[in-house]
This record gives sequence, C-alpha cells and structure tokens, in this order.
Amino acid sequence: MDRIAGIINLDHEQDMLDELTYFRCGAAVPFGGRYRMIDFAISNMTNSRIESVAVFARRKYRSLMDHLEQGKAWDLDRKRGGLFILPPDWNDPTDISRGDLQHFHNNIDFINRTLADYIVVSGSQHICSINYQDVLQEHKNSGADVTVIYKKVDELYPEHQRAHKLDIDEDNRVTGIHNDHSNTNVYMDMYIIEKDYLYELIEKCIAHGCAHFFLDGIKAKLPEININAYEYHGTHAMINSVESYYRNSAKLLNADEHDELFKDDAPVFTKVKNEAPSNYTETSHVSNTLVANGCVIEGQVEDSILFRGVKVAEGAVIKNSIIMQRCEIDSDAVLENVILDKDCSISSGKTLIGAPEKPYVLAKRRTM
Amino acid sequence: MKNKECVAMLLAGGQGTRLKSLTKQIAKPAVYFGGKYRIIDFPLSNCTNSGIDTVGVLTQYEPLILNDYIGIGDTWDLDRKYGGVSVLPPFMQAEGGGWYTGTANAIYRNLKFLNQYEPEHVLVLSGDHIYKMDYNAMLDYHKESGADATISVIEVPWEDASRFGIMNTDEEGKVTEFDEKPENPKSNLASMGVYIFRWDVLKQYLIEDAEKANSSHDFGKDIIPALLYDYKKLMAYTFEGYWKDVGTVDSLWEANMDLLKRDPELNLNDQKWRIYSKNPNQPPQYIAPQARIRKALINEGCRIYGTVDTSIIFYGVHIDESSVVKDSVIMPDVKIGKNVTINRAIISKGSVIEDGAVIGDPSPDSEITLVADEGSVLATSFATST
Repeated sequence: MDRIAGIINLDHEQDMLDELTYFRCGAAVPFGGRYRMIDFAISNMTNSRIESVAVFARRKYRSLMDHLEQGKAWDLDRKRGGLFILPPDWNDPTDISRGDLQHFHNNIDFINRTLADYIVVSGSQHICSINYQDVLQEHKNSGADVTVIYKKVDELYPEHQRAHKLDIDEDNRVTGIHNDHSNTNVYMDMYIIEKDYLYELIEKCIAHGCAHFFLDGIKAKLPEININAYEYHGTHAMINSVESYYRNSAKLLNADEHDELFKDDAPVFTKVKNEAPSNYTETSHVSNTLVANGCVIEGQVEDSILFRGVKVAEGAVIKNSIIMQRCEIDSDAVLENVILDKDCSISSGKTLIGAPEKPYVLAKRRTM
Repeated sequence: MKNKECVAMLLAGGQGTRLKSLTKQIAKPAVYFGGKYRIIDFPLSNCTNSGIDTVGVLTQYEPLILNDYIGIGDTWDLDRKYGGVSVLPPFMQAEGGGWYTGTANAIYRNLKFLNQYEPEHVLVLSGDHIYKMDYNAMLDYHKESGADATISVIEVPWEDASRFGIMNTDEEGKVTEFDEKPENPKSNLASMGVYIFRWDVLKQYLIEDAEKANSSHDFGKDIIPALLYDYKKLMAYTFEGYWKDVGTVDSLWEANMDLLKRDPELNLNDQKWRIYSKNPNQPPQYIAPQARIRKALINEGCRIYGTVDTSIIFYGVHIDESSVVKDSVIMPDVKIGKNVTINRAIISKGSVIEDGAVIGDPSPDSEITLVADEGSVLATSFATST
C-alpha cells in the first residue's frame, strides 16, 4: 500500500454561513447532529489509512482547534505523523509567497518530512464518503500529473455557482476548468498529487508571485500538465451558504442518503462528549428526526435535527429545524424552519418561524 | 516518584452466575447497563471524578472483552504516566502461582503492584454495583476518624436486610459487629462492598490470612472478621444516594427501569459527575415518521420505525415497522424485524429477532425473559425465560 499524507486547505474558504460563521470558520460549523464540517474531510483521510494530516487554517480557528485537539478522535495522535493544525504565524524574513502559497511555503517541512509519496489536498465544504486509496490507484493507472475529484450532480443548485466545473474527454482527461453554471461536473476541491511534483509546483508558483495554488499552479497550466478526473459516485453535499446547509442537512433524514454517508466500514469520527443516551419522556412526540445523545425531549419534534444535549420542554413544538448543542426550548415555544446555534434558549411561549427556503438563524448563546 | 495517597483495587474477576447467559462470555463488570454503559464504567468514573488516578483492575473470569474495553484507561482519563489503570490478571511465579482463590487473595497476590506506589490507603471496590459516589469524601472521613478500615454502608429496607452483609455500629459509627446475611438483622446498614484500609494494616492482615489454611481468603468472610476480632478501629461511612446491586437478571432489569422514572435518582446527565464510557462512533439516532416513543432512553446509531414504550435502547439497534418494545432492555446492535412484540425482556447484544416474533410475558410480576448473546429468535419460537 502506498503512503498518502493529507492536507486540509481552508485558506480560500469563505465564511458564508452568516450567523453560523460569525465566530468560527466554515470547517468548524456543526453539522449532522453531532459532527463538525471538517470531521467528514478528516474521517475520509483516516478511513483511507492516511496517518499524517495538516490543516491550513487562516482565520477564526479557535473553535476548530478546540474541536480537533491532538487528533485523538480521528486516530491521529501518532508518534510519527499525526495531526498538525497550522495557523498563520510566519516569521521568515525572506518570504515572498502570497495567498495559500504562504501556507505551502511556510509549512514546507510537513511536505518534506512526511514518509508519504503522495499528497491528498482537500477543503471542508464537500460532505462525502470517499476512499483516497481508490483514487490513488486510478491516479497511478492514468499516469497523470494530478488527479482531481469531481461529482456529476443531478441538479445544479445555487451553491454550485462558486464551484469549479470540469470539461472531461473520453479518457477522463480534464480539458477545461471553469465556472460555467451549466456544466454538472462539480470539482470537489480535492486532488491527489505526487509529493515531489507538488514541491516542484509550489516552488514555481512562489517564483512567479502566484497567490492561489490550485488556480495558478494547476488550472492555469492546462493543457501542458496532464490532469486526470476521478468521478466520485456516492452521496455528496456542497455547503457554502445557510441555504445549502439547511437543505443538505434535511437530506440526512433520508435513510439511503444517511447510509451512504455513515457507512459501517467507513465511520465518521468526531470529538466524544460522553453524553448519556437521549431521554424521551411520556409526553414526547418525535417523528422523522435525527437525535444525538444527551437530549431530554418532552415536547413535539418533527422533520428536524437535534444536536447533543438539547432540552425540549413539554408543549414545545419544533418543525423543520436544526437545533445545535445544549439549546433549551421552554414549554409551549414554537420553532419552524429555524436554525439555532449552540447554547441558545427560547423562553416559554415564544414563536420563531422562518421561511422554508430561508430559515431563521439565531446566533450562538442568544436568548429569546 | 512521590508515593500515592490512595490506590484503588477493583475486583473484576467475578463470573456473576446469577446473570445467567449475560455472563456466559463476559465477566460481570463488562455487562451492559443504561443504554450505553458497562457496569465497570461506574466505579472507574467514580475514581476519576474522585481524583483517584491509580487503579488496579483484578481480572480472572472471561477477561478478553474486559481487557479490550479497559485498554490504557483513556476512556476514564486514567491513561497516566505514573499510575493510571493497570489490569492485573492471575499469574505464575517462582513459588507456584495460579488462580485467585478469593477477593483477599487477589489483592495479596498483587502486593508488589501496591508496594511500588507506597500508598497510605487502599480503596477496595467491586464491579457489581451501579452508583455514583465520591470516594474522596469517604477517604476524608476515614482519615479524620483515624480508622484502620472504613466500610461504606447504605441503609436498606429492614425487610431486605437479611440479603446483605450487615454492619452493627455504635453511636459514633464504629463497627462493632459484622453479620453476613443475618436471619434476624440488628441493623439495616448494608455493606456496599466499598472499603478503605490503611495500607500498613491491610498488608499485615493479608499476609497473615494467606498463611491460614482454613481461610477462604475473602474480605467479608475473613479479613473484616479478623480486624474486628483484634479490636481494630473499623468505621462505617454512610452513603446516601442511589446504589443498586445488579447481580441478577431481575435486579439488572429493575435498575435499567429506574432510569426511566421522572427525575431518576441516578442522574446520568450530571455534567459535574459524568459517567464515562467507550464511544462506539455511531451517527445520531433516527426516529422515523411512523415511530412512537414514550418513556425511553435511546442511544446513537439506532433506527426506530416501530413503537418503544418504557424501554432502554443501546447503540446500533434497529426496530422495524409495527413492532412494539415495552418494558424491555435492548442491548447493542440488536436487529428487530417487523410485527415483533417484546415485553419485559432483556435482549442481549447482536441478537436478531425475526419478523412476527413474540417475546416475553406482559403481565406485571412475570419473570423477565432473557434472549442470549447473538441469539436468533424466529417468529415460530416463543422465547421464554432462560
């Protein structure tokens, strides 16, 4: 088996989830009842037997660092390799790099020191369950310089506007990378590349004053470099807005989508909170809902997602909503099409109703 | 290295035969409880919450799952550079060796383990009970009273007192007499199987006991009576709170049902006294539109399409449409098909209950039905108590 090292590059990800990204980067946004967005990216690496992962963080990473700790939850507390959270504290007086190349340049030791021959680079906005060993096999068979991963989506949604799309010929070779919003081959911000070649491209990019490694180092080099396209077939969600977050969260209530994301042989790992099992009382009425542990439910919950430690008092009604960790919903409160960030409390009898296409979002620790 | 003030020794070698097939393949302390825990999570979490960071776990019967579960102790924050958790199985040595012959013998055989920490006090625990207890408060009481040994006791109803080891005490709490399962109890203070000894005293009595040919090498039967006989100072420490012996199928079922009461005595959601448990990495539980849930504890990784009433559901359990689970405990990874009816039962880990099966007797006071590990129950077979 070939060794692969992973880089999770958050440098160019914009924090577009409104209230949910006021205090944290997109990668640290809670998702799916007990996870954070970045859990899916890291778990894919762990499940692909990647034992060395660097996270290029740029801003609002306090909550991310708190979540990741030493990487123990992902089996990345290793003597050799492991998890490296790399925030921007750089002091090289000769540094002329810009953009995410600052990250590549100042953390070049990570690439130099790893025993891996290949590097997988991923963002955190594409939720999926992918095995990079399979991608590597195809990459090696293709003889390409770089293999980029894409999803052929059934329908284009607004979130895909910001994604790059791929033109692909019959040999799976990429012939164009662009933003044309009629092409359904959505580039998933993931590629695999040989370590030595990555190193060479980084040097070139810095020498030419580039500020975006993928766009300037790879996309701009088409067609002189051979880019192979790997089609990912599983469940996929691109999340870069409140609207896409809300719609794709609801998809998890579908059993098939759920099973494709949470596979028995490729579990999604996250920080453990040691909550008790959730408690449903005599008055609870729960339907079509995902519930994490530590909840106490006395009221009515439909078509919703409850994160860990949520309390729903008797008489409260929650519909089509996402309620994050430790929120408390008091008696007879009504919530519909709402996203509550962590630690919110809704007092007795309050009503909050958002639009089905645009949920009402309440920022962390608010009381209504 | 600095010596440890108090080292805990957890007796986890028992088979627990009264739990029937639940302990056919695992030791009693590894038996599941409360939707996500194993019994041993309670004493180990109590240790870590009480600031006791050195614990020897004495294993003997079916240790595989227990050893794997304890691992390096990180689940309970007991992975320490000096101290932490140590699994202590019986071993061979130059002068023979062999199985542990009793609870006192198990500790005696591990004098070397205890000597390396030079403790002032040794806390002896058993892996049979469900309770949350601050051992540090008991240690303070033990030190202040200057006792040679302190035994934790709990008031039990008088009519039940003859089922326990009963401590008779004077008005200052000094133990004057110890009656193992007395017919006519003089007190209702039952021993909880939690002891703190001064290590120098315990060491001496363990060595003397080991030389007695007719001793059963048991704390309750031999060590405590010997201390009393020599007028050593034994104090009773009265514990108030939830404490339950889960040594039988019925009591294990009852203790699970206790969690479903309104404001249960044993609060598992207490952030200040968490009960830690190994995490199985499961996604959130899914409650389907047709599911009906009333009075239940449900863990992650479950999928509920049927009806759950007054039951405890461990992780990874699937309950299909039109099935009804009532007054029952469903252990991890059980798959329950369609149109199944389960009443007053404990379904062991990994069992498969096929469509249409009927398990258990709904009448109150009927015996609790037990389906064995990885059992398979077909629609045609009516499972009764095993």
